[in-house]
Amino acid sequence: MKNKTLSKLDDLEAQSVYILREAYREFKSLAMLWSIGKDSTVLLWLARKAFLGHVPFPLVHIDTSYKIPEMITYRDQLAREWNLNMIYGQNTEAIKAKHTFPEGAIDRLSCCKLLKTEALRHTLAGDWPRYRLNHQTSQYELDTNKEPYTGVIVGVRADEEGSRSKERYFSPRDRNNDWDVGDQPPELWNQFKTDFAPGTHLRIHPLLDWTELNIWEYIERENIPITSLYFDQGNGKRYRSLGCYPCTFPVESTARTVHEIVEELRTGKFANIAERAGRAQDKDDGGGLETLRRDGYM
Amino acid sequence: MIVQREQMNVVIVGHVDHGKSTLIGRLLADTNSLPQGKLEAVRKKCEHTSRPFEYAFLLDALKDEQTQGITIDTARSFFKSQKRDYIIIDAPGHIEFLKNMVTGAARAQAALLVIDAHEGIQENSKRHGYMMSFLGIKNITICVNKMDLVEYDQSIFEDIQRQYEEFLLEINLKSTHFIPISARHGENITTLSRRIPWYKGDCVLEALDNFNKDAPSHERELRFPVQDIYKFTAFGDERRIIAGRVESGTVQAGDEVVFLPSQKTSRIKTIEHFPQPCHSEAVAGESSGFTLETQIYIRPGEIMCRAKEKLPHVATHFKANVFWMGKQPLVKRKNYKLKIATQQVPVMLTDIIHVLDACELSSIQNKGQVDRHDVAECIFETLKSIAFDDIHFIAQTARFVIVDNYEIAGGGIILAPVYVQDSVLGQHIEEREFKWERSGITPDKRAMKYQHKSVLVIIDGPLSTGRPIAKALEETLFKLGKFTYLLGVPSHLLASGATTNDRVLNRVYHLQQLGELARVLTDAGLILITTIADIDKDELNMLRSLNRPSKTVVVRIGFNHFEHNDAHLILSEEEGAHSGADKIVNFLIKSLLLDPEYSI
Repeated sequence: MKNKTLSKLDDLEAQSVYILREAYREFKSLAMLWSIGKDSTVLLWLARKAFLGHVPFPLVHIDTSYKIPEMITYRDQLAREWNLNMIYGQNTEAIKAKHTFPEGAIDRLSCCKLLKTEALRHTLAGDWPRYRLNHQTSQYELDTNKEPYTGVIVGVRADEEGSRSKERYFSPRDRNNDWDVGDQPPELWNQFKTDFAPGTHLRIHPLLDWTELNIWEYIERENIPITSLYFDQGNGKRYRSLGCYPCTFPVESTARTVHEIVEELRTGKFANIAERAGRAQDKDDGGGLETLRRDGYM
Repeated sequence: MIVQREQMNVVIVGHVDHGKSTLIGRLLADTNSLPQGKLEAVRKKCEHTSRPFEYAFLLDALKDEQTQGITIDTARSFFKSQKRDYIIIDAPGHIEFLKNMVTGAARAQAALLVIDAHEGIQENSKRHGYMMSFLGIKNITICVNKMDLVEYDQSIFEDIQRQYEEFLLEINLKSTHFIPISARHGENITTLSRRIPWYKGDCVLEALDNFNKDAPSHERELRFPVQDIYKFTAFGDERRIIAGRVESGTVQAGDEVVFLPSQKTSRIKTIEHFPQPCHSEAVAGESSGFTLETQIYIRPGEIMCRAKEKLPHVATHFKANVFWMGKQPLVKRKNYKLKIATQQVPVMLTDIIHVLDACELSSIQNKGQVDRHDVAECIFETLKSIAFDDIHFIAQTARFVIVDNYEIAGGGIILAPVYVQDSVLGQHIEEREFKWERSGITPDKRAMKYQHKSVLVIIDGPLSTGRPIAKALEETLFKLGKFTYLLGVPSHLLASGATTNDRVLNRVYHLQQLGELARVLTDAGLILITTIADIDKDELNMLRSLNRPSKTVVVRIGFNHFEHNDAHLILSEEEGAHSGADKIVNFLIKSLLLDPEYSI
């Protein structure tokens, strides 16, 4: 075994694990965002690798109430199976008041801002209710911990779209969740910005160097359970990217297994088509997503 | 299963406006790596706004950039050759964004440095070349761009090559490839140009493909910086796991290992993995976890090495080259935080040997501080011993950053350890004692009067275990008529100006403050009591030095991780407050501090 060489996926895995461990050592109040999609599920798997089977921080999901129902079922099933400290937050007020795009009250971007960005900001800050899974009763209960999270692990990748290609592994956000793209900290030789002034927090991006293809290759190699929405269920359609059902559309594809998806991405028709092509809100933002991201969108 | 393709990160650097973004746009377009329709969309947008199309526009993903017209941050894009996949990192050329350039470059295994044939070598052409070598990038190719503007003139290309080679020689860098290109017209990018028939070398893409990735250092000495120590008790997990990444070498179950700087030794029991069962070996580049045969007390930051191999240096002083990016200059005798591998310690700049002007290559002596964008050779002193290597031996454990006011403000490479007796702390104490106007009442007179010597009693234990015993001790001593005081003020309320939530620096401010207070209060004849959570040997030495000539007594609660009798008295974690206090009083009597005979 002396000549064991690490593959590209081994390198990516080692780096992500290293970043997760840095985050865990440095941040007392740490959480990981789990969108239920493939990227953050890979991230969750990497956390179990980093901590040898444990996930020693809460997983936070923002439930817009418009998520594809299978996503929520899958979330709770894995949470129980893997004994996760599962938390969700929601903009209950806007949903109750029907102040959403699917109800016809506002446009897509404003809806994203209210149901995702606002809900996320307040859930992370702890000033809106957090609901925590009670593993005994399998019910969600109001979480008593209202402490703001000062470190938030997020599964964004640099290849997703323009603004994400400029992120750091450890990216500071100020009190208002604002991201100053023009003045970002240096990162070199695996030394990251883990120090932060009171009132600010950091976003941590362990998957920054992964591509969509890497994610699927890794899912295949590790045999990571992934929601069936990504596979063709027999109607020649599958989701390539998951979100709220009124704004996310499946793509034409007959891929039924992880391996078929890998092949499709590597050589097939998706090799040169953007992954988020099925997300309507990107187009409404002039293609940049940046307005949303500056406000804290993931 | 299909063999995974190799991946390489390439950074594009050079002076502002020399054509970095255009070169990247070309590489993406000419290797068919752009998303479908992207090229057409950008062309269309240009027609729409009546601007001439530029390949650089392809990269202008951020709105900020489009309005300013310059790259402010490193952006990543992806392209493929026959040989491998590339992640291309576009680094900003403007000096204001040096830290962004460094961030991009530090992730790269290879660099393309772009020089404008028309404008020639500029300030940042040199600075970036120097920084590439500093950051440890061995594969560098120089692209002399905009050859179309000089009518593909061979002599102009050769002039630039000669000048730049001279520069490389002066900074001890090996000569490298030079390619005449025109990014705008696609000359010598993915195929050899017909317009430049006098050039017989590789085109840019071939030059990239000919780069070799650094071979993993499996055969080298083991360096495993301990990132963290895990004991997850959930679900009956009893493992105590030493976590980190193997930076060089190979480690196997059964290997005898030594941790530095503590010099504790043990043997590898298992190499832990999830979800598979244990592996027999971990190699350079892997993030791993180990369990040990014996329970030893070590802290994150130590470097695990193989006992029989050449070990890293352990020292408090070292000589290094640093480059400074901080808004405030790097100054002497200020507490900074050093991060090297996984160690974090307070550090001070003690000497500036010289500051190098990377553009003019002149070396400036006698400079009192290191300013933003300076590169300097300096001597640093850490508060505690650290383990490290020379940059020419094992680079991963020789590179460090310096944190100032929450920001990474400098980066450096260690050239050699320095072994000196002198320390900043020693100088401070010498000065303090020299300038101290002594009280007319000597310590001996006070001891006679109070019937006991003065002493600093440090009660050390896991977080907050010491408080009840400390309180009981103060009460007991007071009832015995002793002149005593329990210091219970959190030091951040005392320290003026030193406000930070950096736990490494906060700790040292706290201890410095405590040491100074102890010196004054024990000089006044007090038995001063204080509690500290998990103090280590270096911290203890600092407190002892600051409190000298008064005596310091250390009471340890719980597991004794000290060596050489550093702790005078060990108490169990279950010890009651009053019985604990009595034991301490007995100890103090025995060691003469409270002996009534003394006063006779």
